[in-house]
Amino acid sequence: MKKGLFVFILFMCILAAVPLFLGDPFVCHILIMTMMYATMSIGWNVIGGYAGQVSFGNAAFFGVGAYTTAILLVNFSVNPWLGMLAGCVLSVGLAVVVGYPCFRLRGHYFAIATIAVGEIMVVIFTNWDYVGAAVGIYMPILEESFTNFEFHSSKIPYYYIILCMLVFAIAVSYIVEESRLGYYLRAIKDDPDGARSLGIDIQKYKMIAFSISAVLTSICGTFYGQYVLYIHPSSTMDLMMSIHLCIIALIGGIGKLFGPVIGAFVFIPLMELTRVYLGSEGQGIDMIIYSLLVIMIAIWRPQGLWALFSRGDK
Amino acid sequence: MSSDILIVDNVTKRFGGLTANADISFSIKEGEIIGLIGPNGAGKSTLFNCISCFYNADGGRIVFKGQEITRKDPESICRMGIGRTFQIVRTFKDMNVLENIMIGAFLRNPKRKDAQARSEEVAGVFRFTDKLYLKATSLTISEQKRLEVARVFATGPKVMLLDEMMAGLNIHEIKESVELVLRLREMGITLVLVEHVMEGIMPIANRIVVLDYGEKIAEGTPDEVVNNEKVIEAYFGKKYAKRRENKTRIQ
Ligand SMILES: Nc1ncnc2c1ncn2[C@@H]1O[C@H](COP(=O)(O)OP(=O)(O)O)[C@@H](O)[C@H]1O
Ligand SMILES: [Mg+2]
Repeated sequence: MKKGLFVFILFMCILAAVPLFLGDPFVCHILIMTMMYATMSIGWNVIGGYAGQVSFGNAAFFGVGAYTTAILLVNFSVNPWLGMLAGCVLSVGLAVVVGYPCFRLRGHYFAIATIAVGEIMVVIFTNWDYVGAAVGIYMPILEESFTNFEFHSSKIPYYYIILCMLVFAIAVSYIVEESRLGYYLRAIKDDPDGARSLGIDIQKYKMIAFSISAVLTSICGTFYGQYVLYIHPSSTMDLMMSIHLCIIALIGGIGKLFGPVIGAFVFIPLMELTRVYLGSEGQGIDMIIYSLLVIMIAIWRPQGLWALFSRGDK
Repeated sequence: MSSDILIVDNVTKRFGGLTANADISFSIKEGEIIGLIGPNGAGKSTLFNCISCFYNADGGRIVFKGQEITRKDPESICRMGIGRTFQIVRTFKDMNVLENIMIGAFLRNPKRKDAQARSEEVAGVFRFTDKLYLKATSLTISEQKRLEVARVFATGPKVMLLDEMMAGLNIHEIKESVELVLRLREMGITLVLVEHVMEGIMPIANRIVVLDYGEKIAEGTPDEVVNNEKVIEAYFGKKYAKRRENKTRIQ
């Protein structure tokens, strides 16, 4: 672990130093998106990786975070940072409401139920006038400052905010992994009945994991809204986003602390670049590329790219 | 009566038309070793599942330390102090030996460091000290069965229900298992063992309960039970029992 910590700190230092050398807004944007997805995918990994409860509905938390912050800001002039907190509370609420009935389902039923929940959210938000329906919400342009969570002259402040969120997510994931919760989640994934026979309230621990997952996703929703200053249902709670979170973890290494980070740094730049350079005539090429990526990983590195770095020690 | 730690009172469990446990009653005193035997399909594992609340009994009551537990759930049962193993090994496949035991130890030791220290002690009792970092799946089946017992032991049970822990072991391993069971009793644990291995269970059990086709057909000391007509019939068939009866009459 000593070596792992060293690599981690080195990596974070490099990330922190990048804006000092690379002022290019496009590179900056890609890195921001990468770190945002890494943060969310770490969140996905807590429930989908450690606990083995595959969620295809995590984008709903992203949407709740983004919409809560936006509505509080637009309609009630509530500071976005407070909006972020409120978003987390609502996201945890949603996680509990969805998790309570769904975690009783065995096997893949949870995954299917989360797809349904995610899609229901899209339908509701697309038709709900109060939240702007299909048009969405424009954030008011405020004076740029950290307190207002808005910056117009440069992307770099956003870069550092999302970097902090990423570090926070890694810290949370690390604490989970090293604590009783992490051990219990792995036991639940491995053999739920065996876990119950050892006194583990599997329902409770799945709920805790799902709530942590919800928070880490929700803060990214808030961030995204403040970064783009415009949100609408298909940009904030699309099923594809939920699937990407899963694929990123899969590419990097499911159930591993740094799996989602590695996955995001491979997947997101690739996606963004194909989208930009192939443009609209390349519609679907990005999908082909990442399908190939997933197939290659499945064949050569079923444990994910993470396995390249860890050499044997599991 | 007050020394009965576990009471099984008229427990019935049906699967559709099949009655896997029919009005089974017996009670267990603290510190006893009880053997639960019977041919395959007699309902032994089902009874374990009822006691540990993996199944809810359709009728009857189960009382542990004076408290009715019939309708509780498996995790509460474990927390109350009844630990069980499974007939088919269920170690956590992706974890090593130490981690498997830690999952049990966490119940009474929420801090990771304490759980690890406790697990290392437990590993000593179960002779895993030099195998702590091996994957559970790399162990032999008999070692995996022992690991399962170790991991339940780490939850700090008062009663342990062990389902066929000696099945498939060689003579040497059976001897070790027997010693282990006796050691657990010395530590104050009451044990119920489902066993087919008679040379394992008969010498150490205080009492034997025999099931056949879901019914309790006999209960008594090992000696009483092996000479019981119904038991011989259940194991060897009516013909053999008759022949044996005639023979003893002639003598
Ligand atoms: N979950 C179940 N569903 C249906 N039938 C079951 C189930 N569990 C056990 N049985 C049946 O109940 C009977 C008793 O099984 P079991 O308790 O496993 O016997 P034993 O452990 O004594 O060999 C068998 O006929 C078995 O097929
Ligand atoms: Mg059985």
